[in-house]
Amino acid sequence: MKTVLSVALVAATFAGSTAWAGKADDTLRIAFKDELENLDAYQNSARTGIILARHVWDGLIYRDPITSEYLGNLATAWKWIDDTTIEFTLREGVTFHNGEVFNADDVVYTMNFVADPANGVRPARNVEWIKGAEKVNDTTARVMLKYPFPAALEFFAGALPIYPNEYHSQVGPEGMSAHPIGTGPYKVLSNVQGEQILLERNDNYYAGSPKGIPAIKNIDWRTIPEDNTEFAELLSGGLDWIWKVETDQADRFAAMGQFTVVNETTMRIGYLAMDAAGRSGDTPLKDVRVRRAIAHAIDRQGMVDTLIKGASVVVNSACFPSQFGCEQDVVKYDYDPEKAKALLAEAGYPDGFEITLSTNHFDAPPEAIQQYLAAVGIKATLDRAQYGALYDRVQTGEVPFRLMNWGSYSINDVSAITSQFFRGGGDDYARDPEVMAWLETADTVNDPDERRANYSKALKKIAEEVYWLPTYTFNLNYVYNPSLNFQPTSDEIPRFFNASWN
Amino acid sequence: MIRFIIKRLSLAILVALTVSVIAFSLTFLAGDPAVALAGDGATAADIEALRARYGFDRPIPIQYAAWFAKAVQGDFGNSFYFNSPVIDLITARMPVTIILGLCAISFALVVGISMGAIAAIRPNSIIDRIALLVAVIGQAMPSFWFALLLVVVFSVKLGLLPVSGAKSWLNFVLPTIALGYYATPAIMRLTRAGMLEVLRADYIRTARAKGLRTGKIIFKHALRNAIIPVVGLTAVQLGFMLSGSVIIESVFALNGAGQLAFESISRNDFPVVQAMILIFSLIYVGLTLMADVLNAWLDPRLRTS
Repeated sequence: MKTVLSVALVAATFAGSTAWAGKADDTLRIAFKDELENLDAYQNSARTGIILARHVWDGLIYRDPITSEYLGNLATAWKWIDDTTIEFTLREGVTFHNGEVFNADDVVYTMNFVADPANGVRPARNVEWIKGAEKVNDTTARVMLKYPFPAALEFFAGALPIYPNEYHSQVGPEGMSAHPIGTGPYKVLSNVQGEQILLERNDNYYAGSPKGIPAIKNIDWRTIPEDNTEFAELLSGGLDWIWKVETDQADRFAAMGQFTVVNETTMRIGYLAMDAAGRSGDTPLKDVRVRRAIAHAIDRQGMVDTLIKGASVVVNSACFPSQFGCEQDVVKYDYDPEKAKALLAEAGYPDGFEITLSTNHFDAPPEAIQQYLAAVGIKATLDRAQYGALYDRVQTGEVPFRLMNWGSYSINDVSAITSQFFRGGGDDYARDPEVMAWLETADTVNDPDERRANYSKALKKIAEEVYWLPTYTFNLNYVYNPSLNFQPTSDEIPRFFNASWN
Repeated sequence: MIRFIIKRLSLAILVALTVSVIAFSLTFLAGDPAVALAGDGATAADIEALRARYGFDRPIPIQYAAWFAKAVQGDFGNSFYFNSPVIDLITARMPVTIILGLCAISFALVVGISMGAIAAIRPNSIIDRIALLVAVIGQAMPSFWFALLLVVVFSVKLGLLPVSGAKSWLNFVLPTIALGYYATPAIMRLTRAGMLEVLRADYIRTARAKGLRTGKIIFKHALRNAIIPVVGLTAVQLGFMLSGSVIIESVFALNGAGQLAFESISRNDFPVVQAMILIFSLIYVGLTLMADVLNAWLDPRLRTS
């Protein structure tokens, strides 16, 4: 497929400059690869759904993507009444796209609706901690939690859009998907399933919103599954903005000089997980010296410099550096093949051993790792599988050694990654009782300092025991019309309401 | 003739049944449907609950029987991904695929028959060579590659046609050519061979001796007989068009049944995959049956063989 694209790009280079349409008719034309199965924000778990939800609805809180500060969105203030109750003071003078006035009833209705397991909210982890909500008065609502859940604010700041109670109780999730109604900066004009969503600026958007008043009038949001088709659309001026462009292709676009090409890190990190608990049987990975040897054998900085490039950085702690509680002061393993060999000899494997490395990466990094391991005598056979298929086997404890990655659902809190993988669930191949206990405490106490201290202990031990060798942060390339002002953010949520034409 | 049809029909039904059994069992080899359904971050208890709720814990033959009993009534269950009835999804997406398939086969027939006929009239001439070249390229070139070349030339470079989407009939021009080209060589070669044979036949010589115009001989007498085998081939090729449409729809961002099938596989959306395999194979079996019957009707010698 890559050669095909080269043809496309070479052809386009000779074709002269691209005829951009976007600015002239104030319509931003964008494309995403995956079809959104359902526009109702609570009925899909897709990245594209999260992005759309930010444009159509507002949550109670908004996290500034640059400063990570929590700002009031539909709420203007909030406070913890006790460990499991948060009280929100709500903004006045806000209306939904259909004219319905926003007040505490909408918050109570939405929270009670999503908290009921019978309503099948996806993904369940976004809401399973919510017990319900009650109205104090028209501009005050309380949300009750099933158990202390300190990461709650992070969820209110992203995953929990507020629905209009009158409209939603009439039309239900199906109607919400067919004709979404929110308070957000953009209104949905039309939706052709799997092809095109047309958005129009909400001209009544409230001035106090931390999202700001959108500058661009229309957004033409298309589904284009094939990379090369996206590129051809961009080259012919049919699209103004694409993302997730591979580095070599992004370099070609940059070389053409007609596009803005930007690279931004994401919250996704890669990791090598090793079966320290022996769930998949008796492998050399049960020995910590072998795991340390592997950590010393792989030149992660070299991989970032030559293979991954862009804004990626090496990570040493089992989380994304900006996440709350992501302790950075952990043991670091420098690239030292001699030390790796010595550790292997000490562990009783002077000539190395054979192991299967499972991965859902179909690009070069697994091969690079295979080479690094071969250099110290470890013969790794690659087992490549699609995410879904590999995930099944990981859950059932069959995978001793895997290279995968995790994006934390853009939740800026360690509970979305470290606790996901080290609290004894199906993905946990360490099964360390100490780590599990620390994480459980950290996930459920409200005191930030106590949380930080417990996450720190857990992350230090994970690094020391090399249950995971985190690799590096992922990055994304954005390619767009040079007359578009757009600011990528590390949470992988493009905010077109902050974009403008220059 | 009736006996022939009954024989072929029962064979077709057997093939369709076998395909449905294979389609159903294959999805269980691809992964655990309960895990797929539960999604990321589900606990073992969630998965167990789903397994019990959807009956994935029952033996596969029993699940198959239950599925089949509903499938024959057009109920393929709900899509895991869309959470809506599979049959609604398929009926919403099928028109694009059928339009594309019919356009492509028409394109292939027009181009294939005219090139084949011209090549046969002037065998070993430049025209014949060009036709052969076109045929070889058509069979050798992967359809996605050809589709992208068309996009590069006609959309990116010349700016004549839209790259992707399904907004107007213009959007269907390139996909039609890309998909139809795939069926052109076979039709062309069969036409050429048929024409060469027919043109040597005695009745053509007689026609010429009678002093009929060449045009009339070729169109009225030769071509009509020469393309009889093409009728059968067309039905089979139309089946190929439907399966080839999986790739072409993806390249041109046409949201048809092919695209649905393709995406559902990567999403582990088993109910959709099972239904699509069954429906596509039924269409294919139906078209093959139709080709057999048509051929037998056109050429009585086939009925007894």
